[in-house]
This record gives sequence, structure tokens and C-alpha cells, in this order.
Amino acid sequence: MKVIFEKSVPGRRGVRPVRQEGCPPPGIQPRLLRDRPAELPQLSELDVVRHFTELSRRNFGVDNGFYPLGSCTMKYNPKMTEQVAGYAGFSSLHPLLPQLPRGEMLGQGALAVLYEMDLALREICGMAAFTLQPLAGAHGELTGAMIIAAYHKDRANRKTTILIPDSAHGTNPASAAIAGYQVQVIPSDANGHMDVEALRAALNDRVAGLMLTNPNTLGLFDPHVKQISDLVHGVDGLMYYDGANLNPMLGYCRPGDMGFDIVHVNLHKTFATPHGGGGPGAGPVGVCEKLVKYLPISLVGERPDGSYFLDYDRPHSIGYIAPFYGNFGILLRAYAYILALGREGLLRVAQNATLNANYVMEKLKPYYDLPFGRICKHECVFSARRQAEHGVGALDIAKALIDRGFHPPTVYFPLTVPEAMMIEPTETESKETLDAFIAAMIEIAELAETEPQKITRCPTTTVVGRLDETRAARHPDLSSLQ
Amino acid sequence: MPYIANTPEQQEEMLRQIGRSMEELFSDIPPDQRSSGLDIPPGRTEQEVRDRLTRLAARNKIDLIGFLGGGFYDHFIPAAVPAIVSRSEFYTAYTPYQPEISQGVLQAIYEYQSAICRLTEMEVANASLYDGGTALYEAVMMALRITGRSRVIVDDTVSPIYRTMIRTYTSNLGIELEETPSRDGLPDREKLREHINDRTAAVVVQNPNFFGCLDEFSDLAALAHRHGALLIVSCYPISLGLVKTPGAMGADIVVGEGQSLGIPLCFGGPYLGFMATRQPYVRKMPGRIVGRTVDGQGRQGFVLTLQAREQHIRREKATSNICTNEGLCALTALVYLSLLGKQGLVELAKTCAEKASYAGGRLLEIRGVRMRFPQRYFFNEFVLELPVAADRVIRRLLEQAFAAGFPLVRYYPGMENSLLVAVTEKRTKEEINLFAHALEMSL
Repeated sequence: MKVIFEKSVPGRRGVRPVRQEGCPPPGIQPRLLRDRPAELPQLSELDVVRHFTELSRRNFGVDNGFYPLGSCTMKYNPKMTEQVAGYAGFSSLHPLLPQLPRGEMLGQGALAVLYEMDLALREICGMAAFTLQPLAGAHGELTGAMIIAAYHKDRANRKTTILIPDSAHGTNPASAAIAGYQVQVIPSDANGHMDVEALRAALNDRVAGLMLTNPNTLGLFDPHVKQISDLVHGVDGLMYYDGANLNPMLGYCRPGDMGFDIVHVNLHKTFATPHGGGGPGAGPVGVCEKLVKYLPISLVGERPDGSYFLDYDRPHSIGYIAPFYGNFGILLRAYAYILALGREGLLRVAQNATLNANYVMEKLKPYYDLPFGRICKHECVFSARRQAEHGVGALDIAKALIDRGFHPPTVYFPLTVPEAMMIEPTETESKETLDAFIAAMIEIAELAETEPQKITRCPTTTVVGRLDETRAARHPDLSSLQ
Repeated sequence: MPYIANTPEQQEEMLRQIGRSMEELFSDIPPDQRSSGLDIPPGRTEQEVRDRLTRLAARNKIDLIGFLGGGFYDHFIPAAVPAIVSRSEFYTAYTPYQPEISQGVLQAIYEYQSAICRLTEMEVANASLYDGGTALYEAVMMALRITGRSRVIVDDTVSPIYRTMIRTYTSNLGIELEETPSRDGLPDREKLREHINDRTAAVVVQNPNFFGCLDEFSDLAALAHRHGALLIVSCYPISLGLVKTPGAMGADIVVGEGQSLGIPLCFGGPYLGFMATRQPYVRKMPGRIVGRTVDGQGRQGFVLTLQAREQHIRREKATSNICTNEGLCALTALVYLSLLGKQGLVELAKTCAEKASYAGGRLLEIRGVRMRFPQRYFFNEFVLELPVAADRVIRRLLEQAFAAGFPLVRYYPGMENSLLVAVTEKRTKEEINLFAHALEMSL
């Protein structure tokens, strides 16, 4: 398919901007002006609509079918929350309005959403207060790491290192490093949990904190988390909870109760906001009481008369991490979702996410290697080791699933499992869908043994086959220039 | 339960088949860490949620005649933009890890990267960052990596919102951040020459700057390059329909806030940080990048590429901790630019500049009102110097449903009487006349 610039027809027009008679030419000095217009496409509105409609048909989303991409929680995104986010009362609101004199009163509805979202997240996570500003999960991690640094600075602690388990998401070590910390990796034990003895050996006065996901990226709940948190607190380290896998915990277990001091929540995972083809997301960060003073500027407060205000007077704060109040449109969708589900609904989310994952795990156990066979939470991780002996790797299985109408699971992650296939069904999928997926996985496992070439040549039903990624990296073609 | 498909009977059936009870499925959580349920209200029907949010939305004042900008602008959004972007094949997908079923998003990002390059006259762009402020911070970090130096000069005409963000992010990293005071609304060349030295990694400027003033930075690019430093330019994409591009001025890294490209103001986000640079620096760039390649049959296709820079491969050695981009916002910007097209963007930029010029003229007719920087040129935003405190005027005009502009004293001590006024194509001549009249009456 041609790129949009190749479809351009000189002189063709799309949307015409408004003109106004009787305004003087701006008279800007020529040296300040561009010498030729940007070579943007010249297309009719219909051309543009057709182009992007065609592109959309070359894309697979949750609305197209089952999307068990492990660790990404690709649940259904309710249409209602999309509609709410489009209300002009929210979408047309200028972010600087509350910073005008008496301007806060002009955005009371939006401030109410932020205030109530903070309260809901506190209750769900067991934390003292949240900042809603982080613009993504990884942005929340960086914010959290900066709060860790501010805490230790105040206490004149000389801390240099953040501990991270080997099964962690790549963003954890990257966020810690960008906040100025060295990273020390803690290995997993034979059960897939953090090796507590290795942790004990790594702990010393230079440890600023530990970043942990629980359940971890294998979908396993770490039963030692309380012990781990006591150990880390023993050297005045802080416990950071990566909320990527919070979905199966809702109503059952709160990070605050597990001993975590800082938490980020991926609203786009747990609270059903759309992933947008890779963002925008939102990664609010919650902290325990002693860290509230470090949260970024500003926070939303409530006055005795019930009105809301923005609190900029925060002398201990780490400062400004976002231009305004966070990805408001995403916060709004998550807020609407929490309102709709309520306490009972959130509990059902955790139950069905866990049930669906365990159902898939049990059904596929006879056909694929399961490195850790305990009860899982939101996801289960298989290894394609057995199929690899026949020349069929996790990637081949992924491509064969594509031909059968499914989005593949996450493959080759976590790094601790060879030929990993990480399956996260989420709570919004039905038994029928899971059964169809299971049947496809069983068929693929059988073919891998009998006719492996039928798997390794997949996908055959897509608009392109497997693409040459080496060529893409060696001879980068990153833009269509005129 | 809303959004959960399995019936209670199906759940029972599934539990029976795997030989577990629901309670057993949570038995791995030690009893002392189990919650006793959440203290949040019971669920609501869709109708109830929408009623509640309709009421909250009504408590926001959006029917003001707005002259508020400050880097975030109320531009007209054509109907085809949300119509295309709300196709759920785009918005319910995730990062294109499986390129064969993600060609839609991948090709759109490639086209977006191309559009950003054409707009800024740069060579390569990434798949986007969170917003203009984090993009500027990432540009600073990128310059530090490229040069291996530790000093950065940021001019005080760069958005104060972004400067405070950069200060926050760099505070623990042993980076020397110097803010140079501007002169008559533009970066002070003399001051910059005094500050720059062979330990400087980058000079950061903005065009049009926070005061709305237009500048030409070729001299600063030459100055930076003479000292082995990079020039980072933050810019306002709509202005590039008319205004000289950072690429043509010799900038090394160009960033900006893409909100004006079809993305609603939405109380501060989600927005779009764009970033472009020159070819030699591409492997030092943060964020996702899409490249064009071919499949086994020679068919053109698109993939995420140069991933050896990124956190999922490099972990603590990555160029940034960013995981995704602002995919849907980048798509929005691409669709918007495609609909406006080559001619449309030029006309739009002209209209904004003409209306601002008209507004400037009308407001200067008011006794006691003058331009703060009369010798400067502006695109669609300018600083009025009022005979009284800007805060007072803003307050009075709000009562008459005008958002008069932004009081600069909030970020620039001593500028009590300075009002930053922005004019987009959405303001009519009639509204501008009414505004001028109301402002005159308020003095």
C-alpha cells in the first residue's frame, strides 16, 4: 500500500481553513518566514478517509478479536468511556484556566474528577495519596524513583542502588537508571519468585529501594513479599510496586497492605482505557504517608465549602513532572469505568481475570511446557521448548495464531523463561473465546510435531509476511522525504 | 456484571473443569495480606455514569471567548479527524509487536514521522513522546549523551512550564542547568556568548517563544556548533505553515507540543511530544521508531526498528525509559495534517497571524495599552502591557465570559502588567472587537 505522500495530487484540497476578510497582513519580516511550504499531502477529504480506513483494516485491535498479549491486559474498552471523554465540558477545557485569578472555579467539574479519582485509587491500592500526573506507566516509575531520591536526600542517606528482580519489565531498570541510580539485579529462585537469600546478600546501606511487580511477570503471586518488604525497610530502603499486574488483585490484596511505599497504576491496563496503538496511557503514582510531601506539584485539594483547589504550595515536592494535571482524558475514562464497576464489579474483574488465566493454563498444560505449575493470577507463562525441538519456536506459534484469527501472546518475555509465551486472557473474554483459542493452540502443538513446516511458514493470511527486520535496522528508511 | 462475559454458570463450569474453587484461586495470597473488600460505592449503570459525568462536565466553564494560549491552543478540529481516529482497529490495539497484523498503526507512524520531518525540515523523527515538555527534557538528555558533556543553557523565553519540568528531571543528575535572561523578548546573544563554553552540551531556545516573539536562530546554531554544542529548538507546529523552520536554521534537535494538530485541549492531556533530529544522531534518539522494509516476497511493510536503543532490550543502558509513544495522538496529528494538506496549513497559519495582527492593532487603540515588545514580530500571540495589573483585568473580563489571556507575572516576576494574548482562527473579528471593547471598559 502506498504511503499517503505518494497519493498526493497537486492542487487537490481537503479541509479548508476559515478565512477572514478585512484583516491586515501580518507584515512579518521575510527572514523570519519559511521559504517554501511543507510538502504535506494534497488530497480530498475522501482520499484521506479512504487511506486511513484502509490502514485500519490492516490492524488488529481488541474489538477485532482475542488479544491475550501477556502483561498488557488487553481487556475490552467500554464505548461509554470514550463517549464521556468526548463531552465538550471536558475536552474543550483549557489547562491554564485554573491558573488564572479565581480560575479554579471555572473547572470545578474537572477538579472533582481528579479529586475523586485520587480517593478511589487510594482505596484500591491502600496508599495515603496519589499524583495523577504521570503520563504513562514508565513515567510513573521515573516519578517514583525521583520520590525515592528525594526521601533519601532529606534523610541524608547515601544511597546508590536500586534492586530489581531478573523477571522485571525493562522499564524498571531504565527508570531507575534515568533517575540516577545504579541497578542491581536479583535472581529468581526455582519457584519463579525472587530469591530471598540473594536479596539478603544484596542488601546494604547503599540500597535505596526495590522495584517489584506482584504478581510477577510469570503471573505468580510472591508469598514472601511481606518478608521482602521487611528486609528492604531494614536498611531504610523503599518498596516500589510496579502496578502493571494489578488487575487480578482488585479487592483481594492492596499494595499498601503488602508493605509497599510507592505504587504506580497503569490505568490503560487495570481500568480499561484504550491502548491507542501504543499510548496515550496514564501512570498515577500513590505513596504512603511519609512520602506524601514529595509528590509532584500540584495536587487537588478540597476546601471546607466543598469546592476544589490546586495546591501549589508544596516545598518538599520533587517539582513538576508534567505540564499540567496528567493525561486528563485517560483519567476521565478510568474514573467512568470505576464508577460503572463499583466495589462488586472490581472484585469480579479480579476473579474472572484469574479464572480465565487458570482455565487456559490447565487446558494447555498437556501440550506445552509449563515451567511453573502453581495457581497463576492474571496470566500464565508457557515455554515452547518442546515444540522448538521440532524447529517450531514461540515466534512461529505466534504467527500460526495470527492465521487462526487471534492476536498472539507476548513472546520471549519474561527473559527468565526460554521460548516464553505469556498469555493474559483478561476478565472480559468469554469461555467460548477461550475454548476456541485453546483449540487453536492444541492444533498448533500437534502440527508442530507432525508437519512443522505448516507452522514455520505462517502467517499466510496477512497483508504482508514476516518482515526483514535486519534490513530495517541496517539500512534505516525512517521517513518519506520529498 | 458490566463488561464481564462469563455467566455464573459458565464460571462454575470452568472451575469444575480445572478442579478448583474461586477461593482456591486466591489461596496463594497469605491471609494477613487479604483485603476485606473495597470501600467504594456500588456499581452504576451506563446511564447513571453518563448522567453523573454530564453534570460534572457542566461545572466546567467552556463557553468563554478564549484568548488563552501559552503553548496550548484552541484550534478548530475538522469532523473527519475524530471520525478516523475513533476507528477501534486503531484505538483498541497496542504497540505493534506483531507487524503482520499491525501494518495500519506502523504505516501511520511512518507517515507521521515523515510529516514531522517535512514540517520541521529535519531528517528523522521518532514515533512521538508524551508531551512537549517531556520531549524537551528528552532532547536535553539526548544532547548530553551525544556530546558527553554536562552543561545546558536554557533561555528564559523557553516555556517556563517546560523549564520547571527540566529542572525537576535533572536535579539529581549532576547536570549544570543555566537559564539565561532574555532581552527585549528575545534570547540575549551577548549573554549566550558569555555563557557558552566547551563544556556546554546544548543551547535550548523556542520559536515562537513564550512571549510569542519570532526569532531566527541561524547565528545561535553557528555559535553552538563552534563550541561543539547542539542547538535544541522547541516549536509550535501550526506556526510552521508560515514561519522559518528549525531545520533551515541549523537546529540539531527539534521538539514541540503537537496538541495544536487536531488534539483537543482536554484540560492538559493527552497531548503529543514530537521530536526530530539529524541522521547522525538517530541512534541516540529516545522512543520508538518505525522503519520501512520488505517481506520475503518483496512486499513493502513497516516494523519497529533500531530497538537496540530501547529499554526492553537495553534495560538500564537504554537511551530513555519510555516504553510506548502517544500512538493515537500521533495518528491524530497525521490525519489533521493530511486533511489540511500543503495549501491548507499555509492558509491556516496565515489566518492565525492575520487575526492576531488585527487583534493587536485593535487593542493598541486603547489608551494606556501598548505592546511589551513593540520592535518584535509575532505569529499569533503577543504580550500586551496594560496600565494596571493583568490579574485585575483578567478577573474582570472573566465575569464577562472572556478568557483574556495569561498573566505573565505568574512565571516572570516584575511583569505584573503583562498579559499574554493568543488568537487562533476560531476567534472572529466580531469577537475581537467585543474583547477590545470589554478590555477598554475594564481599565
